[in-house]
Amino acid sequence: MPRKIKTVIVENGFEKEVEIEVPDGPPASWGDLNKLRILGKRNPRLEGPEKVTGRAKYASDIVLPGMLYGRYVTSAYPAATIKRIDLSPAERMPGVKAVLPIKEAGATVTFAGEPIAAIAAETPEIADDAIRAVKITYEPKRFVVNPDRALQPGAPLVRPDVAGNLSQTGQAKEGDVDAAFKSAYATIEGVYEAQTRLHCCLETHGHTVKWDGDKLTAWSSTQHIEGCRNDFGSLAGGPDKVRVICEHMGGGFGSKFGASLEGITAAKLAKAANAPVKLMLTRADEQYHNFRGPGARVHVKLAAAEDGTLLASDVVTFNNGGTGNASTRMDEGFFIIKPQTVRVKKQSVLTNTGGIAALRAPGHPQAAVIWDMALDQMAARLNIDPLDLRKKNHNDNVRVAEWDLGAKIIGWERRQRVPGSARGVVKRGIGMGSATWGGGGRQTADSTVIIGRDGSVISYCGVQDLGTGVRNYVSGIVAEELGLELDQVEARIGDTTYGKGHGSGGSTTTPSVAPAVKMAAVDARDKLTAAAAKLLKVKPEEIEIVPGGRFQVKGKSGKGISWKQLCRTLPEKGLKAYGLWNADLAASGVRGCNFAEVAVDTETGKVTILKVVGVQDCGVVLNRLQAESQMTGSIIQGIGTALLEHRHMDNLTGRMLNPNFEEYKLCGALEAGGVNITMDPPYRTLEPEEHGIVTVIFDNPTGKVSGIGEPAVVAVQAAIANAIYNAIGVHVAEQPATPDRVLAALARKNGATA
Amino acid sequence: MDQEEKSRPFVVSRRSFIQGAGAGVAGAAVLGGSAAVVAPEEAEAAPAALETQGPGPVKVTLQINGKRHTVEVEPRTTLVNVLRGVGKTPLAPDQVLTGAKIGCDRGSCGACTVLVDGKPVYSCLMLAVDAEGRKITTVEGLARGDRLTPIQRQMVEKDGYQCGYCTPGFIMSLTALLEENSKPTLEEVQMAVSGNTCRCGAYPRIFEAALAAAKKGA
Repeated sequence: MPRKIKTVIVENGFEKEVEIEVPDGPPASWGDLNKLRILGKRNPRLEGPEKVTGRAKYASDIVLPGMLYGRYVTSAYPAATIKRIDLSPAERMPGVKAVLPIKEAGATVTFAGEPIAAIAAETPEIADDAIRAVKITYEPKRFVVNPDRALQPGAPLVRPDVAGNLSQTGQAKEGDVDAAFKSAYATIEGVYEAQTRLHCCLETHGHTVKWDGDKLTAWSSTQHIEGCRNDFGSLAGGPDKVRVICEHMGGGFGSKFGASLEGITAAKLAKAANAPVKLMLTRADEQYHNFRGPGARVHVKLAAAEDGTLLASDVVTFNNGGTGNASTRMDEGFFIIKPQTVRVKKQSVLTNTGGIAALRAPGHPQAAVIWDMALDQMAARLNIDPLDLRKKNHNDNVRVAEWDLGAKIIGWERRQRVPGSARGVVKRGIGMGSATWGGGGRQTADSTVIIGRDGSVISYCGVQDLGTGVRNYVSGIVAEELGLELDQVEARIGDTTYGKGHGSGGSTTTPSVAPAVKMAAVDARDKLTAAAAKLLKVKPEEIEIVPGGRFQVKGKSGKGISWKQLCRTLPEKGLKAYGLWNADLAASGVRGCNFAEVAVDTETGKVTILKVVGVQDCGVVLNRLQAESQMTGSIIQGIGTALLEHRHMDNLTGRMLNPNFEEYKLCGALEAGGVNITMDPPYRTLEPEEHGIVTVIFDNPTGKVSGIGEPAVVAVQAAIANAIYNAIGVHVAEQPATPDRVLAALARKNGATA
Repeated sequence: MDQEEKSRPFVVSRRSFIQGAGAGVAGAAVLGGSAAVVAPEEAEAAPAALETQGPGPVKVTLQINGKRHTVEVEPRTTLVNVLRGVGKTPLAPDQVLTGAKIGCDRGSCGACTVLVDGKPVYSCLMLAVDAEGRKITTVEGLARGDRLTPIQRQMVEKDGYQCGYCTPGFIMSLTALLEENSKPTLEEVQMAVSGNTCRCGAYPRIFEAALAAAKKGA
């Protein structure tokens, strides 16, 4: 019987939770996890040697004979009508091979940096000259890049159809909020802001595209090779005319689904020039272009009883998604910890700052930092332990156990009992935040295993690796099943000729792909078992596989056949096994939390990270080392979010002032909080002077796989924001907590108490 | 009101600023993004004689990973672009070295780090013509066949990366560090890679890898 499960799908680059119907496959299980030889261990990644020697090829590394370099010509204005475009001066330049309008005269631009035309030239230098030669005549229009200004009466309209620049408004209510506020022992009120953030993939968006007649091959920096194939198919006369390759890619974080404008533009330029074209965005174009995670300013009112019971929340959100409709989980009026009654008014404010794209756990880190700050404010108001406040209002067993574990490791008892009560100029504080994520798998992947007569095993999957370590389980699951070692199975991924392609969004890759690989491995095992049984003249049920790939009669080590011998009996073409996704092997819905300890210099406003602890469940762990790496990476990105990442828009010109890495600061080596501290059970409490990053995968025995890349990033900023609060007794409510904002918060606090 | 403008008058690259300033040393000294990766000009021991080249393509002979290559490129072409196959007569396709990556193309992310005369240099901030006569080492020039160097081995062991795009740059900076200082402290490791950006956030594991490589003996 078909049944319904919850999973996340990616629609136009956005993760969305939906209920899907899945057919019942054969019952499947990951088996006794304690007996696994390869899966769940800390195995280095198979592509490691390629990555450390420079042999790993990214889309931007492809060099083809006669290849041209593509570049965008972009808008200088945040809002304008294009009166005329004169591409001919560029066209006439030696070395320029194709010039392509993206927008025509009469079209409008709605943000600075919006692509208007494109150039393909023999070198990037010539392409840059050609950009400068293009003559565009604009009729500039009034614009607004600041959400506050966008809401003022008479503000220019970003989209003519959206009155007051407020899109996507809505209200929801659960229970009698007003009565709850009246009966409350304590109330708090605050305005909290999570900033707009840029993806900053180190490899910019782009593709290298080549036509052979009507067939197109694209090397794409993408999270979804099959999506790219479909998009390019619209130009090539069908996806079957297209092959997309992505062996390695330099980061996506939610922004690289489909061929996008740059892929389509590269393909058109290549067609026009009759030569391969590589179009990688420049860093400035990348930062300007319409890829960013929305910010949110949220007004929160909370009411609680004396014992910490949250009675009501009254929330108004102002999401900042530029020209797109933005939402965060705060649009639900709370995050994870739910008050008894909830009222929310949600709205998205339009500005001339470009559109939005999914950014690692879309809408979740924003909600976490805002809601967790409000919860700590309430805990201080009630003079109760912030962890106790959360426990009072939430009783999920796994979550509570994760909180307790995180608290134990960080040394929660060392926190300031009263926020800001530490003496001295440099004050230390400890804070926490909580995470949740849907994730889950779906039927979008398949897997093929080919076993050769020479004993070779190749595991194929039409999936791409974003750096999470997909190859290790595409190999490892098969090796585990067949009694082989990891290096005996070759993983081939990153090519649309390898099978169905799953889009790597929503932490759905592993729960979608791993089950298909497992089912292919089971199919291979069953077929080989049948062959061995025939040779050994026993029933297949009597066969067991022992490490080394030996198939033998159960309990009789003398009666069996070695891997090499068995494979030699296969047909000339070898053995082909195939697998589809199976719902028994994947789960959605994980929890997680972070605890952080910081030191805040109250004279300079500088925040130093001393410790960050992440505790995260993800069901069956396929590779512990890489799962921990994803958690570590989440914590580092979260540190950047909490302390550094800040896009500056100029109200006068409507342009971004920091479309680069010098002033749009990412977490670097000096901010990263020290070394990785690997911990295994039994977990210990960190010494007060022991600094570093701790990642713990909480053992939640679901028996199924879930993704980990997004949940682990959700609560990091929240934990750091609350650690700062614990240190100095005032929240840096407008994130990130840059030194100027820390000092401003301290000044407000001192002014208020003076 | 009609206004005609060049398409992107507001983007000033660090390189074009330096070129525009006409005095590379001063420009680099003012704008150098990192203490750890020296600006190309600082790596130079003696000032080269002033000489006009270009603006058309010129022949440049580069010594890369112990091999000499002659290319024909415009004088404004950066070393990283030449390594990666750009030019009027570029490196032959099978000689192209794409280990050094372009992340920002303006000297702030370190993905393009190579060694020039043993010092880590942002190859996006160095013109290829200025690299003539220097010993250039890229990430491809470290391993001997399948034999990885200690830092390469430890980066694999400790999982000091995720997407791997920044990895060659980190490895070049750490190779230079370990060459100079066989027993670095954590702080020295952090300083050595403070000019390299890892967006996937592998720093804690990169530090682990560097400290382990030092321990095992470079």
